[in-house]
Amino acid sequence: MEFQVKDENRTEAQADILMPFEDVREHLVVVGNGMAGCRAIEELLARDAGRYRVTIFGAEPYVNYNRIMLSPVLAGEKTFEQIVINDRKWYDDNGIDLIAGDPVTMIDRAAKTVTSQSGRTMGYDKLLIATGSDPFIIPVPGKDLPGVISFRDMKDVDTMLAAADAGGDAVVIGGGLLGLEAAHGLTLRGMKVTVIHLMDTLMERQLDEAAGWLLKSALEARGQTILTGANTEAIYGEGKVEGVRLKDGREIPASLVVMAVGIRPATALARDAGLEVNRGIKVDDHMVTSDPDVLAVGECVEHDGNVYGLVAPLWDMCRSLADGLTGQHSGYKGSVTSTKLKVAGLDVFSAGDFSGGAGCEDIVLRDASRGIYKRVVVKDDRIVGAVLYGDTADGGWYFDLLKRGATIADMRDLLIFGQSYAAGGGALDPKTAVAALSDDAEICGCNGVSKGQVVACIEKGACSLDAVRAGCKASASCGSCTGLVENLLAVVLGDDVQSGPRTMCKCTSFGHDDVRREIVAQGMRSIPEVMHKLHWSTPDGCSSCRPALNYYLLCALPGEYQDDQQSRFVNERMHANIQKDGTYSVVPRMWGGLTNPRELRAIADVVEKFNAPMVKVTGGQRLDIFGIRKEDLPAVWADLNAAGMVSGHAYGKSLRTVKTCVGSEWCRFGTQDSTGLGVRIERMTWGSWMPHKFKIAVSGCPRNCAEATIKDFGVVCVDSGYELHIGGNGGIHVRATDLLCKVATEQEAMDYCAAFTQLYREEARYLERTAPWIERVGVDYVKRRIVEDEAGREALRARFLFSQQFMQDDPWAQRAAGANSDLHQHLDPISIAAE
Amino acid sequence: MTDWIDIGTLADIPQRGARTVQIGGGKEIAVFRTGDDHVFALVNECPHKKGPLSQGIVHGHSVACPLHNWNIALKTGEAQGEDTGCTPTIAVKQEDGRILIARPQMAQAAA
Repeated sequence: MEFQVKDENRTEAQADILMPFEDVREHLVVVGNGMAGCRAIEELLARDAGRYRVTIFGAEPYVNYNRIMLSPVLAGEKTFEQIVINDRKWYDDNGIDLIAGDPVTMIDRAAKTVTSQSGRTMGYDKLLIATGSDPFIIPVPGKDLPGVISFRDMKDVDTMLAAADAGGDAVVIGGGLLGLEAAHGLTLRGMKVTVIHLMDTLMERQLDEAAGWLLKSALEARGQTILTGANTEAIYGEGKVEGVRLKDGREIPASLVVMAVGIRPATALARDAGLEVNRGIKVDDHMVTSDPDVLAVGECVEHDGNVYGLVAPLWDMCRSLADGLTGQHSGYKGSVTSTKLKVAGLDVFSAGDFSGGAGCEDIVLRDASRGIYKRVVVKDDRIVGAVLYGDTADGGWYFDLLKRGATIADMRDLLIFGQSYAAGGGALDPKTAVAALSDDAEICGCNGVSKGQVVACIEKGACSLDAVRAGCKASASCGSCTGLVENLLAVVLGDDVQSGPRTMCKCTSFGHDDVRREIVAQGMRSIPEVMHKLHWSTPDGCSSCRPALNYYLLCALPGEYQDDQQSRFVNERMHANIQKDGTYSVVPRMWGGLTNPRELRAIADVVEKFNAPMVKVTGGQRLDIFGIRKEDLPAVWADLNAAGMVSGHAYGKSLRTVKTCVGSEWCRFGTQDSTGLGVRIERMTWGSWMPHKFKIAVSGCPRNCAEATIKDFGVVCVDSGYELHIGGNGGIHVRATDLLCKVATEQEAMDYCAAFTQLYREEARYLERTAPWIERVGVDYVKRRIVEDEAGREALRARFLFSQQFMQDDPWAQRAAGANSDLHQHLDPISIAAE
Repeated sequence: MTDWIDIGTLADIPQRGARTVQIGGGKEIAVFRTGDDHVFALVNECPHKKGPLSQGIVHGHSVACPLHNWNIALKTGEAQGEDTGCTPTIAVKQEDGRILIARPQMAQAAA
């Protein structure tokens, strides 16, 4: 996908202008490629796609992105690609000409043309102004010094990231929403941040004093310095910013100053064009300005005396605008706003009027030790305002009651405890809670999606979280409404909902099972592809999800997937077991626990040659050589290879050992050749990567000397054949195996083993041993798949053996031959001679 | 004046990985390359139990220690989340495709 708009596109747009008669439709020109401008066009397309020819001018050289998601980009939680709302394809598919990076500088209403910075002049039939707002720069000395910036667009984010790379101190002027998000992002990027706020309470427009104080304490605990009641006198520095001086004389050194004291509607263009402008561009209920052919929408407008700086009113305005342009006159009635946000991981919500006043009563809940504060302002038995801190789960419910003007008289005594207690008498589960919301209750604040729209999307066939995200964009941005969307899916679809119970990790809202299913269903082939298509919230995952994704892809694409070494835990990357001092232990494979003089001599030689301080017999019937340095590992492996030994995978989420007793060949009680069977099973299964470690044992008689009934797969030989046991574990929680079935021949024992192993590989979640997996799915399920379904068993076995062709390649031999040598060698510094 | 030591090129370090380098008799240094090709250098010891950070999984601008999965911020060396502790960092810069790290102060390196 391409986001930077290239010059060729401009040429096409210009070519278009030379042939104005080709397209007889009315020409709608949009000034502003931001959230309001593009949303208005989306709404218009949804109503009457072909009605207008559309051209959009944008000041920034990008496609339409979600400006309120710049904070996660700054914080490193999202990439720019992840916050794009409409990519290049959207413009192409809808026949929209995008002229990006070339702002409109003049409107000639008499000639009905606009002129851009580059000198391009274009005629319009209808003009839509969506210029948004400009950051307010306080007029102090030094405000123009290099290193003083605002926080408004992608360029500001790039400047902040560059500054953070150089490290040092940053000052953020303004303790409102934007300022605190900038401060949080810069703190995460390693800068030491001081927030200067003129008022006594942080975010005083959204929070009351008590909640503001809680927020301040929590931010201070996260390492930020917060100065409230602090008045900036000057920004000082020679040639670039060096610090901020306050009116009281204090000086705060800084190499970066972010000014985030507020925004003001960007009205200059409209004012110069002679349109009626007050605080914002004045518009009527259909977003029409004082010129009937010029409309305006978003943060740049003033409607009924109100100017809005939040995203939610913008969605309402765009609906009314599109209705007006397509001849359906609904009319914008103004918006009651709410704010729900996360600052530094802290949940904050406010809505309506919480300043109090005549006839207002406060209902307050404080739980200081849990960091929770809730205040609901009630007037005449109706909610007029709410402030929530720490637990904002009921924000949507209060806001819904507020907007509907619903009476709370009969639940007043329980109101503050939230919806689950106050509505309906008993405690509600989350599904009932979401079911009780009205259709126009907002679910996704980032994209302005109501409950009714989500439900409509689900009813049109979206039956998974991903499908809802693709269909109506709910939960596709910050993800904080994911729980609500999942509950709506459950309410609408009941058992048909496709979702897992728990998410893989904090990087995604998908569960393990969802991710695996989507990998197979969409034919995904790499970790970045999975992260992109499934809306990962981090640029490259974490140490939980990356190894899991690597395994899922490896399992889904045997022989094709290129294993990602950097997504392997250290032991699997180094093919040895890391010890507490950073050295490694090395365990060569001893098939079924058998060894011979040649192997023992080679091990003894390695121990002496590399001064290994300890050798130990393991619980899995083999020898463990301790204290090997990473640099020496390839040489150790070369020596062991030379004696015919391969990796024992004692380090892997993989087949570990096949433990055996001596069986009928020697033992007076032995019923079958357990040692021979163990060796053959190990030859079949070695090298296979698994969701977790996997141990097998074969005992020659029911005395069970090989302890087969606490292994993942255990065989107990009896006179009449082989008992097959599954799901045992000897770890923290000892679990004896379940009996899978009894088979008559050694070949059947091998076949069932292969099929069971593959079922586990394909269906268990990463890091789930067979014991909890079987507890989860039930032993009857495994019996149905392995014992009762002969064709299924055979297919599983075939898939296992197919996969094994690619797995049984000794990783030690590859490394000994020089593969991935950088993992074992130090870098070589050049100017060391000066030492 | 900082004494800069040339330790190689960006391509010498795997993306989302690390290499180690030894300068004089000082502590081993881990040089990290992130997914977005930033380079960071830290003493190769987790503040928790001295695990070799160079062997951890690099994600974002953090590394997960291979011993007990502490997450360490590469830029500051600070343990993240509930854990506390700090690994010393070493100044690093990229110049003409080469990676240069500041010669560690002997006092710090020997500490």
